[in-house]
Amino acid sequence: MVNAKLTQIIYELIRGASLHLPPDVMNGLRRMAAIQDTPLAKELYGCIFDNLKKAAELNRPICQDTGALQFFLKAGTGFPYLNDTEDSIKDAVRQATKKIPLRPNVVESFEEKNTGDNIGSRAPWIEWEIVPDNQDLQITVYMAGGGCSLTGRAKVLMPLEGYEGIVRYVFDTITEWGVNACPPLIVGVGIGTCTPTAAALSKKALLRPIGLHNANPKARDMEERMKKGLDSIGIGPLGMSGKESLLALNIEYAAHHPATLAVGISAGCWATRRGKVLISKDLTVKSDK
Amino acid sequence: MQKKILTTPITDDMIKDIRIGDIIYLTGIVGTARDDGHRRVVEGNRLPDFDLTGTAVMHVGPIVLGDRAHGFEIIAAGPTTSRRMERYEKEFIQKTGVKLIIGKGGMGEKTTAACKEFKALHCVYPGGCAVSAATAVERVLGVEWEDFGMPEAFWILKVKELGPLIVSIDTNGNNLFKKNQAVFDKKKEAAIEEVSGHVHYSHK
Repeated sequence: MVNAKLTQIIYELIRGASLHLPPDVMNGLRRMAAIQDTPLAKELYGCIFDNLKKAAELNRPICQDTGALQFFLKAGTGFPYLNDTEDSIKDAVRQATKKIPLRPNVVESFEEKNTGDNIGSRAPWIEWEIVPDNQDLQITVYMAGGGCSLTGRAKVLMPLEGYEGIVRYVFDTITEWGVNACPPLIVGVGIGTCTPTAAALSKKALLRPIGLHNANPKARDMEERMKKGLDSIGIGPLGMSGKESLLALNIEYAAHHPATLAVGISAGCWATRRGKVLISKDLTVKSDK
Repeated sequence: MQKKILTTPITDDMIKDIRIGDIIYLTGIVGTARDDGHRRVVEGNRLPDFDLTGTAVMHVGPIVLGDRAHGFEIIAAGPTTSRRMERYEKEFIQKTGVKLIIGKGGMGEKTTAACKEFKALHCVYPGGCAVSAATAVERVLGVEWEDFGMPEAFWILKVKELGPLIVSIDTNGNNLFKKNQAVFDKKKEAAIEEVSGHVHYSHK
């Protein structure tokens, strides 16, 4: 059942994410704009900031592609409204599509017809994680744009291809497809046993705030080296050449089968729109940072 | 430097000396078409009622408010990935007579050849700058093919100084992205080699 209070909180979450970039993305863009040294790269960053200013002034979504809406939930086992959560998310999406407005981005598979309200089979996409001995609900929304989603890949490598194989797969993919994905990009890399685990972890990596690194020193070292390496290719803003091309490269991993080494890639554009809210058991917002 | 503004209808002569990397602005008529629009023109062999000869097509799925009775307003209208239309762009240019293709990212060999043969340009509008693009739209002149839904419908827009448009394919068959890609690919190999030297994790 729809819970009106929960719907309202989720609606505000979607609205905030579509109108404003997260602070870590804003800071990253500012830093990268300042280091450009060609007229074209400077002009392109100028266009990005001009657009952000206009979007804020006119209260409009930053990008016309407001994405396919994806929700990542961390649900305390004691949160009392678990039964209402999915219905409330759908209701919030329906309202947001009409009121903000969002672009209707859900095409029903096989019918190949736009549903008009961003609701369809398994759309919005919702992933649940259960948190034991907890009474809160944390919701992260991600607006998956088409251009950056096109960059997504996953593949199962043979272990003897090694982490070098992962490097090549990521570099080939980003060099070929990153130019269309509105760089500077956030690149999420997932490592696991099979394509679904590696791909899911790559999305988790993408959602990690810029500046936070993997706690494993080896994974962190690989994050930093891969970012530096991809930056050195010079793809630049909007793929038109320039200094640095990545806002971040984040790795998330799971232990893997001895006979496989799977890699997944997810990319977010310069306008990576995500938001997070922590809701307490009495349906008050504990944190929206 | 003075802005180079192209005004529709665009003739071969107006664009023959424009080269890749040049920055231009567009005033006049733009039709929107993405995957479905290209498919209908090429596979379905249908043209919109509105004549696009000498105008521009933009790869964009805008957010639009309003209706036919009260008029439409473009809220956000940044470009979409041009590469998706590579399969049908040549025939689209041939059948519609557009002189400017606006999108993001590059296009391939077939479109490059078509730009040379039919005298047309492919240009990049900065991706994601959707509100800026929308504020360059003066008026929505009409809409066709609404059965596709809002993003894929054929919107006819009157724009003023839409830009910057960075020319990525010119009428001589030069391709900026192809040129850049060759540089990227070369640097990529060096970068892979460097990083690979430090990630040999194994249980020896």
